[in-house]
Amino acid sequence: MTTLMQARDIRRYYSVGSGLFSRKGTVKAVDGVSFTLREGETLAVVGESGCGKSTLARVATLLETPTEGELHIDGHPTTDAAARQALRTSVQMVFQNPYGSLNPRKTVGAILQEPLTINGRGNAREREAAARAMMEKVGLRQDQFGRYPHMFSGGQRQRIAIARALMLNPRVVVADEPVSALDVSIQAQVLNLMMDLQDEFRLAYLFISHDLSVVRLIAREVMVMYCGRPVEHGPKESIFAQPRHPYTRVLLAATPSVDPRHRKTTITIKGELPSPLNPPPGCAFASRCPYATERCTAERPEPRLIAGHAVACHHAETIG
Amino acid sequence: MSELSIQAAAPAIPGRLRLFWRSFAENRGAVLGLGIMVVLIVVAALADVIAPHSPIEQFRSHFLTPPIWEAGGDPAFLLGTDDVGRDMLSRLIYGARLSLIIGFSVASLSLVAGTILGLTAAFAGGMVDIVIMRVMDILLVFPSLLLAIVIVAILGPGLFNAMLAVVVVTLPGYTRLARASALSELARDYVTATRCAGAGSLRLMFDTVLPNCLAPLIVQVSLGFATAILDAAALGFLGLGAQPPTPEWGTMLSGSLQYYQRAWWVLAFPGFAILLTVMAFNLFGDGLRDALDPKLKR
Amino acid sequence: MALLEIRNLAVEFATARGRFRAVDGVDVTIDEGEILCVVGESGSGKSVSMLAVMGLIAWPGRVTADVMRFAGTDLLGLPSRQRRKLVGKDMAMVFQEPMSSLNPCYPVGWQIAEALRAHNAVAKPKVRDRVVELLDQVGIPAPASRMGAFPHQLSGGMNQRVMIAMAIACNPRLLIADEPTTALDVTIQKQILDLLISLQKQGGMALALITHDMGVVAETAQRVQVMYAGQMVEEQLTDSLFSAPRHPYTAALLDALPERAMGRARLPTIPGVVPGIDDRPSGCLFNPRCRFVQERCLTTPPQLEGPAGARARCHTPLDAAGQPTGVAA
Repeated sequence: MTTLMQARDIRRYYSVGSGLFSRKGTVKAVDGVSFTLREGETLAVVGESGCGKSTLARVATLLETPTEGELHIDGHPTTDAAARQALRTSVQMVFQNPYGSLNPRKTVGAILQEPLTINGRGNAREREAAARAMMEKVGLRQDQFGRYPHMFSGGQRQRIAIARALMLNPRVVVADEPVSALDVSIQAQVLNLMMDLQDEFRLAYLFISHDLSVVRLIAREVMVMYCGRPVEHGPKESIFAQPRHPYTRVLLAATPSVDPRHRKTTITIKGELPSPLNPPPGCAFASRCPYATERCTAERPEPRLIAGHAVACHHAETIG
Repeated sequence: MSELSIQAAAPAIPGRLRLFWRSFAENRGAVLGLGIMVVLIVVAALADVIAPHSPIEQFRSHFLTPPIWEAGGDPAFLLGTDDVGRDMLSRLIYGARLSLIIGFSVASLSLVAGTILGLTAAFAGGMVDIVIMRVMDILLVFPSLLLAIVIVAILGPGLFNAMLAVVVVTLPGYTRLARASALSELARDYVTATRCAGAGSLRLMFDTVLPNCLAPLIVQVSLGFATAILDAAALGFLGLGAQPPTPEWGTMLSGSLQYYQRAWWVLAFPGFAILLTVMAFNLFGDGLRDALDPKLKR
Repeated sequence: MALLEIRNLAVEFATARGRFRAVDGVDVTIDEGEILCVVGESGSGKSVSMLAVMGLIAWPGRVTADVMRFAGTDLLGLPSRQRRKLVGKDMAMVFQEPMSSLNPCYPVGWQIAEALRAHNAVAKPKVRDRVVELLDQVGIPAPASRMGAFPHQLSGGMNQRVMIAMAIACNPRLLIADEPTTALDVTIQKQILDLLISLQKQGGMALALITHDMGVVAETAQRVQVMYAGQMVEEQLTDSLFSAPRHPYTAALLDALPERAMGRARLPTIPGVVPGIDDRPSGCLFNPRCRFVQERCLTTPPQLEGPAGARARCHTPLDAAGQPTGVAA
């Protein structure tokens, strides 16, 4: 299978506090992420707010350049501006909030045709035909072509947003929490649509989510992030069946299950995310981790390959 | 995908324009303002037809003739004449034309310039943003009328220079507004999506962001119309704006100041005209804001 | 006797397009010390009905009910001054967005103290001690030093704890929590839910939890009310709701959960959307989306029927095997 996107040790740092009176600091929003995304596959990036998953999405869609590390799309490096411009159309994005991601002043037809116009593809008639065909694909009616976004429900808007992302025939779609703003019954419709489209166009999804039950359904590989670093990365089945990193275990235990028998088997952790401005020297999770030892607070664990997972924990063998 | 086809035909949802009119019409004052505006525009457009006399023709036998309902009124001069025998009504009608032209050109000029400056500041950021916004801050430091007087004093008195001065003093408002709303729109996902598709800065600025910033700018224009008319009248009153015998309302006021005890109408009618026009635009602008601002909606 | 008893609650809003019933015919009973979950999708009226209980529906909304009684007091006939004394003291509420529910201009300790002062809950010199005690109770580390912190200096989870401290300041008998964890991360959500349950157990307080998350329902509730389009469509004990839902909507909603899917299968979906202000159908409000729709569902609105603790608003409620009952062959 073709490798569509390859990230090698991507880092994205921001400097903050450039004001007159505040001290300058660096936030390591993404700190050493590597992955390979192949045709027709889904890599889910899981983590809580502030873990760097949205920054990773912006790097993957070429909206931001990584501070360090390499990103290859379709085998091409993305280091110089010309290459980025040429590869831009092969990665498209679907956003979390369907109410903010569609231009309220444009009709559905205009929104869908815009990517083609920008890239000078086809003439007016061909563009309209392509937009109408895409509406059909995502389950919108032809008479909705001239309507404005405010006339649609959240689920329908997300269909429009997905249709827009597919107009340029991208190879990779980065979906940033695409269903978390939707109601359960609508969420199921959109997830089905995304799976159908993936099978039809052999799309690769970089699927960013905090909802593990959605990830379990759609992903093939899962990467769990904490404070900008991947803590566990591996095939979905084994991550869910035998999580190695304590944070993954906590995340799994904290996700509410609709099976009332699940209630008793819970681990809770104290505390919250450390401040990104001055992260602890060792493992970022050490302050909340039930297994933490002195070594964890002193030495930062690097990802190691254990039973098919990359796990960044000193005690991964004993925990699993 | 069988379930997709079942999304039954949704009933018609009222369009943007109808919704807008509905919420605008709820405000009686705004509708009144709109009515006065329409009358003013019609009067100004048809000035050549409706005005009984030329605005600058001096009737030597009729100095300071009172309005028709006062003792000594003349049916040929419905609102009386001024100190050199010109027909008040005709001067007011032509003055309306002038005021609307002033309001329109000043407001649109500062809208265009302010929007371009504001959008540039928002998009470019960094040094460009700082320079533009600090210049605007400096303009805001001076009292607006004083600044306008200084500008006219440098350029020389006259209607055109007075209008230019008013454009300069109203510019910061538009620039700041355009920048602020552009910044908030820039953070929205649809802009990112357009950027993802490969759009350049110009397209993002004028095709994607600008249409979504228009609502507050339109409100500002309708209120700016009134400010422009008032400022131009004030400059005219100070002798720095339109020069006699141009029938500009402010100039008319200043020319007849000395007769206020003998002939109240030479003062009252131009003043009343200014009041009515400014009020109409302000009422309309307020209504527009209420109708366009979703935060004020129930 | 039930702590809160409401029968036939309706909330109407006057809109530009005529009157709109956001909540219609809702019955709520909550016993002392019980956890009730009200679950529904957006627009189902779950928040509005609880705001109505708190007396927080502002003009142009109109609240009507046959019975609305709290701890023996009739809320309908109560003058607004006395009702305000009740709200915040015996009945308190926690909202979804902790950041916007706290006043950014005052330190959190001051805001909790204000809740105490408003109801003269403790003597003045003891207010400070009580605030520290409350902050400690909701699990805020170093409570004495956090009293002076402003909301923007605390995380979302900490702010939600402050909100809870404020709500329980006067030892309420009923705490209504409106999506208290929706804006929070899962690990923090777990902490907050555990906190709410432990407070409910310790203080014998009744808890009404409004949520859209079936997982949260399964983890916390004893009894569940399912809302759809402003109506209560089902009321059951938690365990039986998840094993044998009686209303087709509840059944479809549970089937649509990704957690219940096998492998990479397509999820069963509910076609269409929740009816809005313009397109409420006649008869049963769920009929355009229902799998088991019958002739009479299109014309006659069903009533909430069934044995207590297992009621459903359906002409053909589902049996344990998920098949409709009472259908003419």
